[in-house]
Amino acid sequence: MADILQLLVAGLATGAIYALAAIGFTLLWQTSQTINFAQGEFVMMPAFLVLAGMTFFNLPFWLALIVGFVLSVLILGLMFKKLLVDPMIKHGVLPLVIATIALGLLLKESVKEFYSAEAQAFPPLAEDVTIFIAGAAVSAQSLIVLAVAIAAVALLQLFLARTRTGRCMQATAQNPAVARILGIPVERMILYTFLINAALVTVASVLVTPIYLAKFSNGEYLGLAAFIAAIVGGFNQVRGAIVGGLLLGVLDNFAAAYLSAQYRAAVPMLILIVVILFRPQGLLGRVEERTV
Amino acid sequence: MSARKLLAFAAAAIALAVLLVAPFYLRPYGIYILSLWAVTSIAAIGLNLTLGYAGQISLAQAAFVGIGAYIAALMTTNGLPFYAAYVAAGLACFAVGWLLGYPALRVQHHYLAFVTLAFTTLAFLVFRNEEWLTGGIYGITNIPRPSVFGWPMRRAINFYFFCLAHLALVAAATWWLIRSPWGRAFVALRENPVRALSLGVDTRRYTLMAFAIGAGLGGISGALYAPLVQFIDPTPFSLYLSFNLLLMVVVGGAGYFAGPLVGAVVAVLLPEWLRFTEGYYLIGYAILVIVLMIFSPTGLLGLADRLTRPQSKPVGGTVDPVAAEKEAVS
Amino acid sequence: MSASRPVLEVTGLSKQFGGIVAVDGVSFEVREGEILGIIGPNGSGKSTLFNCILGQLQPSAGTVRLDGDEVTGLRPCDLNRRGVSRTFQLLQVFPELTVRENLILAGQEHQGTMLSRLFGRRDAGLGAAADRMIAFFRLQHLAQEKAGGLSYGQQKLLDAAMAFMAGPRLVLLDEPAGGVNLTMLANLRERLRAINAEEGATFVIIEHNMEFVMALCTRILVLAEGRVIAEGPPDVIRRDPKVIEAYLGH
Repeated sequence: MADILQLLVAGLATGAIYALAAIGFTLLWQTSQTINFAQGEFVMMPAFLVLAGMTFFNLPFWLALIVGFVLSVLILGLMFKKLLVDPMIKHGVLPLVIATIALGLLLKESVKEFYSAEAQAFPPLAEDVTIFIAGAAVSAQSLIVLAVAIAAVALLQLFLARTRTGRCMQATAQNPAVARILGIPVERMILYTFLINAALVTVASVLVTPIYLAKFSNGEYLGLAAFIAAIVGGFNQVRGAIVGGLLLGVLDNFAAAYLSAQYRAAVPMLILIVVILFRPQGLLGRVEERTV
Repeated sequence: MSARKLLAFAAAAIALAVLLVAPFYLRPYGIYILSLWAVTSIAAIGLNLTLGYAGQISLAQAAFVGIGAYIAALMTTNGLPFYAAYVAAGLACFAVGWLLGYPALRVQHHYLAFVTLAFTTLAFLVFRNEEWLTGGIYGITNIPRPSVFGWPMRRAINFYFFCLAHLALVAAATWWLIRSPWGRAFVALRENPVRALSLGVDTRRYTLMAFAIGAGLGGISGALYAPLVQFIDPTPFSLYLSFNLLLMVVVGGAGYFAGPLVGAVVAVLLPEWLRFTEGYYLIGYAILVIVLMIFSPTGLLGLADRLTRPQSKPVGGTVDPVAAEKEAVS
Repeated sequence: MSASRPVLEVTGLSKQFGGIVAVDGVSFEVREGEILGIIGPNGSGKSTLFNCILGQLQPSAGTVRLDGDEVTGLRPCDLNRRGVSRTFQLLQVFPELTVRENLILAGQEHQGTMLSRLFGRRDAGLGAAADRMIAFFRLQHLAQEKAGGLSYGQQKLLDAAMAFMAGPRLVLLDEPAGGVNLTMLANLRERLRAINAEEGATFVIIEHNMEFVMALCTRILVLAEGRVIAEGPPDVIRRDPKVIEAYLGH
């Protein structure tokens, strides 16, 4: 029982991180039909920006975090949109997908070449202490990760539901054509989703990297986790991304504990295949109107 | 014959001449690279069917190449004739492709991309973990070269022509496929799936066929790769290869017949020229793809096509296809 | 030739998008050889109705019957193979294929099976039929031109021709007169009437162009806000006060 609680908490923590990546991914798809195959690398990058700040500019951790956050939002949000997505949106979805695949490769190799191919330690937000809850040894790290992730998501939800801009964004996500007719500055709303995605992946990055160490190849499994979480939850729903992420994190953690190390990585894949086979609209999604 | 067609013919003729003559002036390593190009092209041609003609993103081509390679390796190291392995590899991958694509293509949103992503990762795990079958990380060694009518292919140059012959065969078969009514249906479903459906074109069936055939070609490519390198382990059959094949097809020009061949040249030769830079060539490659996607999403051949196209003015006003597409979907 | 049952029977068709009811319990029949026109102000649900009949959208309620067989919600390609063709409001010819290729494509899926088409003739045996269609629509001089190079009116003719390649039982035309100049319009109307007379094809036409509709159609259905408000021959409809109000009210 104690073991299960421990695994559950740890699983929810990683799941929350997956959820952050999946939310941004889903938002980009909803508002601008952008399938960002580089999402995994987006989660990998900010940690390296922070590390670069500390190693090359001798910034203290907290300052490096701020600088890293701002840089990420600028590069992975603004520049991504203006330099890559905007010129390409007129060519359709396919070229953009290819370009994001190439972008992911570019980010990954750049980090490998210009920083290091070796895994790097990354400072956690707080010292890791073991807390005992109901007889289970739970890592404080997990609880902090959960807390920060929940805070980020709560902030996002508040923004979307309570502010005028947020509601405009929701309208844009549901139906850009109608939103335009209603006078909503759709282009600006789309820009905001890109910025929000950049912010979310930065938070995810700072939370996940202390656990798995900073490595250029992190994007591979983080991206996969984001895609699977988004699809499992229901590709067109932010709530789905959250549920999908948490579920994936918990199942993944339990699989790691009870299954052979070799096939533990297969569990997310199998979940994806099962969902696509039996419930393609995801757990929370609605059956999509057939438009073709 | 128009100037454009003449130019295309000339380019093809030069390429053919190089392919037939160059190996006699190259050292074994150079011949190996050419053979690798030929084998990679087959996989790329398969992927071009899926991506360029049916418009679906597949990230599973590496898995199919791997499955084909392992089938060939296992069969030939156990004494079975090469052609049995070759056919088995093609058919097995066709079947797997069909089974994988059938549920994934029933839904929209490019789900095939994610399913194939997951599949490749799964396949890699199986290659690496199932030692009793694949030799695990130790792989399979001493894969024999096939012999054609008793003529052994141990010399690099002989096996090169063997690979080239297979490439020619695959290219001819694909050319014939594209020119058949199926090819017309592929063009229709790529250009305008809504309209194609209304004309009775079963877009799902045709897409599935394109994907399955593409998978089969991947298997054949793998079956040739195994005897080429004579030792296989899981390493090459990873997601990275899938990405590479995808980028290759796109850089060459997705949907163009010779696109994968051109793309394979870039993908196989570039790392050789930039050997010393190791990782930098990948960065350069990625930047090239991004720039290409922005300015010429139809790849290098698309660029060539546009540059050599005679300036034709339409007979009257024509509807802007992009706007039309947007309206049709809203 | 007497049709004991209508070619097309739509019963109680409704379509909702969230809270919006686009089509509200529409019922009508189309008999063989008829040319039915569906008119109505913008937003009256005409296009949605079409898309529901054609399998492009799933109706929320109601049935569609073709020659008595239920075909509600069938995929457009399956419906096409049962003999229902359509043209689109916004042109949808294949610009990279030639005119002749477009026509062969339009008919090829009705020839044999998928496998037989792979190994059969390049033109799926439709070369002569395509040439006949080209002659009928007077497009001979353009047969080998890429469809993308044709004028708008010529593409409209090609679009209509494609709808007829498979010898359909029923053709649904979505705003065929849109954006076409007067000469071409007269030409189109005349060709449609000719096909109707020669082949006995049944048409359903959505149109805004009143003159076109009144001159061509044998019967007219008027939609407003998703419901049928009037039905009858052109001269009756023209004078119906409900119809006039529906149009003026917008």
